[in-house]
Amino acid sequence: MAKRTTSKGTSGAKKSTGAKKAPAAKSSAPRGKRRERPDTAGKIVTLAQDIVSLAHEETDPFVDIPIRALSNVDFNPKTRYIEMGDKTQRRNFFNFGQAKRFMQTMLVASKCKENVEAQKTTSIRGMYYLSKHTIKGTKEKTFDAQEECDPILEDLEVSLSALREELHVYASSRGAMIGELTFVDSGDTIDATKLGSGGYAIPSIVEPDVIQFKKCNAKFILHVEKDTVWRRFVEDRFWEKHKCILTHGNGQPPRGVRRLLHRMHKELKLPVLVLMDNDPWGYYIYSVIKQGSINLAFESSRMAVPDAKYIGVSSFDYDRFGLSDDVKIELDANDMRRAKQILNYPWFAGKKPWEKEIRKMAKNGFKMEVEALSVKRLTFVTDEYAPAKLKDKKAWLD
Amino acid sequence: MDDDQVSTAVQSTFEFPADTTETAPAEIAAMTPARKPRAGTGSKATPKKTKATGKRKKAEQQPASAETMAAQQREISISEFFARNRHLLGFDNKRKALLTSVKEAVDNALDACEEAGVLPEIRLEIRQLAEDRFRMICRDNGPGIVKDQIPNIFGKLLYGSKFHRLKMSRGQQGIGISAAGMYGLLTTGKPVSIISKTGPKKPAHHYKLAIDTKKNKPDIIEDRQVEVEWERGTDIEIEMVAGFNRGRQSVFEYIEQTAIANPHASLYFKAPTGELLEYPRATDELPTETKEIKPHPHGIELGVLMKMLKETSSSQVGAFLQSDFSRVSPSIAKEVCEKAGITPRTWVNTVEPPTAEKLYNALQEAKLRAPATDCLAPIGAEAILSGLLKGIKAEFYTASTRPPTVYRGNPFQIEVGFAFGGELGAAERAEESTNGNKKSEPTTARVIRFANRVPLLYQQAGCCTFKSVTDTKWNNYGISQSRGTVPQAPLVIFIHMASVWVPFTSESKEAVADYDEIRKEIKLAIAECGRRLGIYLRRKKRRAHFSQRRDVFHKYIDEVVDACRSITTFNRDDFRRDLVNLAERATDAADMEFDDHGNILAKNKRNGDDMENTVVVDGAGQPRGQLKLFTPGDGEPEKKRRASADKSGAKKTKLKKKRPKSKK
Repeated sequence: MAKRTTSKGTSGAKKSTGAKKAPAAKSSAPRGKRRERPDTAGKIVTLAQDIVSLAHEETDPFVDIPIRALSNVDFNPKTRYIEMGDKTQRRNFFNFGQAKRFMQTMLVASKCKENVEAQKTTSIRGMYYLSKHTIKGTKEKTFDAQEECDPILEDLEVSLSALREELHVYASSRGAMIGELTFVDSGDTIDATKLGSGGYAIPSIVEPDVIQFKKCNAKFILHVEKDTVWRRFVEDRFWEKHKCILTHGNGQPPRGVRRLLHRMHKELKLPVLVLMDNDPWGYYIYSVIKQGSINLAFESSRMAVPDAKYIGVSSFDYDRFGLSDDVKIELDANDMRRAKQILNYPWFAGKKPWEKEIRKMAKNGFKMEVEALSVKRLTFVTDEYAPAKLKDKKAWLD
Repeated sequence: MDDDQVSTAVQSTFEFPADTTETAPAEIAAMTPARKPRAGTGSKATPKKTKATGKRKKAEQQPASAETMAAQQREISISEFFARNRHLLGFDNKRKALLTSVKEAVDNALDACEEAGVLPEIRLEIRQLAEDRFRMICRDNGPGIVKDQIPNIFGKLLYGSKFHRLKMSRGQQGIGISAAGMYGLLTTGKPVSIISKTGPKKPAHHYKLAIDTKKNKPDIIEDRQVEVEWERGTDIEIEMVAGFNRGRQSVFEYIEQTAIANPHASLYFKAPTGELLEYPRATDELPTETKEIKPHPHGIELGVLMKMLKETSSSQVGAFLQSDFSRVSPSIAKEVCEKAGITPRTWVNTVEPPTAEKLYNALQEAKLRAPATDCLAPIGAEAILSGLLKGIKAEFYTASTRPPTVYRGNPFQIEVGFAFGGELGAAERAEESTNGNKKSEPTTARVIRFANRVPLLYQQAGCCTFKSVTDTKWNNYGISQSRGTVPQAPLVIFIHMASVWVPFTSESKEAVADYDEIRKEIKLAIAECGRRLGIYLRRKKRRAHFSQRRDVFHKYIDEVVDACRSITTFNRDDFRRDLVNLAERATDAADMEFDDHGNILAKNKRNGDDMENTVVVDGAGQPRGQLKLFTPGDGEPEKKRRASADKSGAKKTKLKKKRPKSKK
């Protein structure tokens, strides 16, 4: 983000920008840590004031936006999660190619501030409509599609190092939870053992001011990839037999699910075990839960669960459980390419078991879905496969 | 000069019907004195004749004997020849006849005025008397004509002052005004009416002349003194069967183009429709009087050399070479003579045709200096600009005069001028705005061609000037062009060739022959103008580009101000002004302003390549004819004009007016 230029002595544009850069680099290191009282509104005000004073100093106003790409993330072996680097991209107002996006950034920022102050939240789609209007005296719209608005919001998140939730924007709920936990959501006490077959839809915002944990009888959390698998486990009341919390994120888990996993792991000291499909996408979902994502690297410390373990499905399970050919789905070129990419990620590289696992998959030439285990028997996955995997801690992948 | 070509044509053609050609080739080769009235300089005509003769032989059933043929051989008067072959002189059809008559009258008038050092003022009127009957009235303010000469000049073909001179002059049709008079006489039976007055205190003479076509002699029908209200000049009236048209190849076009090429002349034309076209003079400077020069040895043909040998007043070859040619020094004369196997003292009348040929070859091989080029009087870039400004409403004008150079021993000089944009592209723009689509036919550039200040209106495609235009790569100058065609742009391309001898492709003198040297010069001149046009167009494009960017920034400024204002409090107007200033600075190229010559004004100038001989007209509806552009030492009126043009709503950029300038 644009750092405040307070020193009146700096006159030249170059000098002042140089001065601004230094604190920006410093502040990025503790970014996200110890954020007890995030003053989101204050950050937005600072952003706007910076713009005004830059203009006053006859400097082209800009916002520095940390780059969200593999090139700007580092895997920190100490913390064991992905951290965002220092690289930023400057978005100038008076640059022809950036002018509109600069305007959009400020527009979204102002709407976020309004929402924060009014204590209202909206969806990203809602934010798109809030910010959309026709520019005075033209036929041009500030935004033409939500696809334009979404990245602007992400830019704002990283620039302000504020979570989307702190900007009072939520993503659509995706993912559910059930199991041995009692908690409070917006003042309502919820006993997660009494949620029927539907479970608790994990909201986008799960910060302590919304959700507080009360009583926990669970020994671990089992996170499965998809709703269908989760339903199998719920129907068979797996959480009851094994004293656990069952969650799913409907594929790549939304940030609410990840944040909740992080909180339960940290606050309730529950190990997080992950059951995914045996394919590169399954591996990657696991890695996002464990180390964080590239896109939200600046939030890794608040979302990642570095101790999460991958319990299945493993490429070796085909032989181990004597599965039939019917479970096989042939790997295509796309799968192979992705597998190679994953092997090269620094947080996978050097992990022998993972290397073995991925090589085995490549050697197998097929992938397997969790649902495929039903070829044996509908409840095979809950009464035989999962318990066996839970016991065999050595076979877990880290 | 020009007349030589005509006479050649005349000879070669009028011999055929008389069937005297049997002996002609031999005669020409031997160069025995011509028995025929105008045995010119025939080598050019020779091949033509031989070919024609061959054909004739085949066609003849019974070969005629020399005696029977001799019985038919008789002199044909040039006038009679004209009566039969008027198409050769530009009287092929009714419309062309009128145009040719106008040309002859106006060209004569201009030549007369210039020679007398008078700024020409020519009034032309065409009255329609009946469906296809017109009267052409042309009056000039020239020196007038001495009473005794009037009948000869207007009543006799091939009578005039320009006949054998090697001098840059209009002399377009050679046979001149008398041919127009004869055409009138032939078609209407009415004599030519001439009133001439040689000075304020001199009497005005009024002649009515017919031409005796058989004897090529004037036939005076009326001769009296009259009172006229004008002080000096010549007034000629010819009644003729003719056709009047507009558009291309019309009197309108001719007058317009003549005005462009002769900015020192005032032209007034009253059309049969009653319209009055006025082209007041744009400059007070008369073209420099041209010098007559002697032929350069490299520019002549063997036949010409032989003719000159016969007609020279020198008695010895050395003296002949030195006095009758340009650029032949005594040492060169000696060298040439020795090569030809004679000495400079050889008597001219002893030179036989074989020796003459050797002499000719030696002359061609000799290293000679190029002919003097001070015999040329180019219009001049500034005068071309004045002319273009006067005649064509456009936005950008530029002109270039090449240094004089030589083709085949003849000095010549090329001048090119461009008029671009403005009203030239207005039709296209209007069409686009009404149709809404951009598929309207693009404007094609127009080429206007001149030889010694005379517009060439016919045979464009066969003209060297036109080929040079299509040969140029216009895309280099930011103008679209399909390969090998005329560029597509609102552009008028003015091309002038000044020479003591303009090489026309044919006797009708409508297109310049395609000599490499000439084409090269034309292309160089076009390139020079093209470069300037390209620079101007790029500058404009850049300005438009940045102005567009500025619009984008301005569009977003209020959004950003509103957004920031809803986040925090600050002085809204200050912030807005800061942003506007920044936007302006980021797009300062949009403020680029041009001076009258297409150069970027100093205050926002980045590079220093200034354009010469270029004028840019920004405001609409300026009375361009009255611009005094290049009068030395008065820069003031120019500036004033600019200022007023700006005030009168010359729009540079949309934003310019809105914003108060607040630069430090």
